[in-house]
Amino acid sequence: MSDDVWILGISMTKFGKRPDADTTDLAAEAVMDALADAQVTMADIGIIGAGCLVQSGAGIGQRLQKQVGQTGIPVYNVANACATGATALRVAIMAVKAGEVDYGLAFGVEKLAGAGLLTGNDRAADADEWTPSGRYGAIAPLDGRVGTETMPGVFAQIGMGYLHDHPYAGTPLELFARISEKNHSHSTLNPKAAYSKAMTLEQIMGDIMIAYPNTRPMCSANCDGAAAVVVVSDAVKRTLSLEQQRRAVKVSASILTTDPWTESCQVLPDVNTLTRNAAAQAYEAAGVGPDDLDLVELHDCFATAELVHYDNLGLCEPGGAADFFESGATWRTGSMPVNVSGGLESKGHPIAATGIANIWEVCQHLRGEAGPRQIEGAKVGLAHVIGLGSACGVHILEKAAA
Amino acid sequence: MAATVPLVDYLVLDPEPHLRANRCTHCGAAFFDRRNACASCSGTDFEDVDVSTTGSLQSFTIVAFAAKGVPVPFVAGVVDCGGISVRANVVNTEPDPDHVHLGMPVRLVTFGMGADSTGAEAIGFGFEPA
Repeated sequence: MSDDVWILGISMTKFGKRPDADTTDLAAEAVMDALADAQVTMADIGIIGAGCLVQSGAGIGQRLQKQVGQTGIPVYNVANACATGATALRVAIMAVKAGEVDYGLAFGVEKLAGAGLLTGNDRAADADEWTPSGRYGAIAPLDGRVGTETMPGVFAQIGMGYLHDHPYAGTPLELFARISEKNHSHSTLNPKAAYSKAMTLEQIMGDIMIAYPNTRPMCSANCDGAAAVVVVSDAVKRTLSLEQQRRAVKVSASILTTDPWTESCQVLPDVNTLTRNAAAQAYEAAGVGPDDLDLVELHDCFATAELVHYDNLGLCEPGGAADFFESGATWRTGSMPVNVSGGLESKGHPIAATGIANIWEVCQHLRGEAGPRQIEGAKVGLAHVIGLGSACGVHILEKAAA
Repeated sequence: MAATVPLVDYLVLDPEPHLRANRCTHCGAAFFDRRNACASCSGTDFEDVDVSTTGSLQSFTIVAFAAKGVPVPFVAGVVDCGGISVRANVVNTEPDPDHVHLGMPVRLVTFGMGADSTGAEAIGFGFEPA
């Protein structure tokens, strides 16, 4: 017996436009599927970690209970930007690890289809008199006057900053478009992706520019979706059926970090240092290194983000992310398949669901149940998510010993 | 002469326009807003420091699609001004990747943003190729 925690059941809905279902319906769909996958019911669950970022004050956990089972157990409604799902899962894992419960449930859900550009509010009209207000004594809205507050622009600068620090001889637009080409190609094998059409390099480069070098298909897709997961203690797992034990996936590391101070972090969020810290802690906890990974799902909220995380997660030589990508390593046929789900650029990014859906993808492969997109023989995988502000979740998952 | 009002309180117009940071006296971390304790070292003593008006462009994006009311395209970037990173627009250049380059030397410029009902002129800032 150990204090290991296992994923017993996990599910994600199809991502995309779901006008037929409200937020509660989507959450319930994912949760019922995850419970069935685990072969347990709500009566077994001891705690719920729940996330819905755009309705973070609306008690999504309790609404889920009313839809599928009001058993009186504690609910922790959490919000951590795009890392909300991973945070909800951390709550369930911590409760199991602490010995407070045998089974924990976590889910994340979002209704975002048609939401358009996130953050960057419509600019208000100028005041009749210039009056300083707020933390910077600003006399007018600063978005567009002092840099940009839009996510495509923020993450564009994060990717371009990497190319400043590690000079790249080629054309940035083409480099990032090729990353997007990879993920859109991968998505053709994923029936749960919101968008599953291959796109040529020319189509991606020639599409609508959002924030150079990110064109529209290089941006994560707003959509509806939910994901849910059931975790169990090692002691209880040992009492379950052989089939349940065979399909269980070991949580070898479950890490959540925030951004430590770095010099430029107040003017451009630093998504690098907290990812590096989370990865280092996760590899240490799991006793594995990047070379042991069979697949990685990382947070490609924009094509420009995927590049920096190759380096942050230690998948490549320091500073060598562009060369690493151009070697073909991160295609599903390469030595380090990254985002074989299609990534956020094509699978979609229903914010709170993302930090569990990436784990679902890894579990599909570790269980040998990924169908046509199966990475053969996958035994160890890593799932990474970033919430701007910032929070970083890294989970390392391992196939159960036969 | 009509009064002038800076876009933000860390833009100082006299005697020559420059940015001003709030620096931790213990570790030197610089902030453009108030802090109770230093985010880097937890020190609680701060002093004003003038930020260099020249620097180099550490990163940029050319925003082509923005919130309603924000004119596009514009260049947003991060400028390293003698060790203090500054967020700003890059101005007085064509907003395309043939004219804006990583590592490009830039300098602070100010410009009028219009007068309010009292006649006070707002002054904005950006960085232009040096």
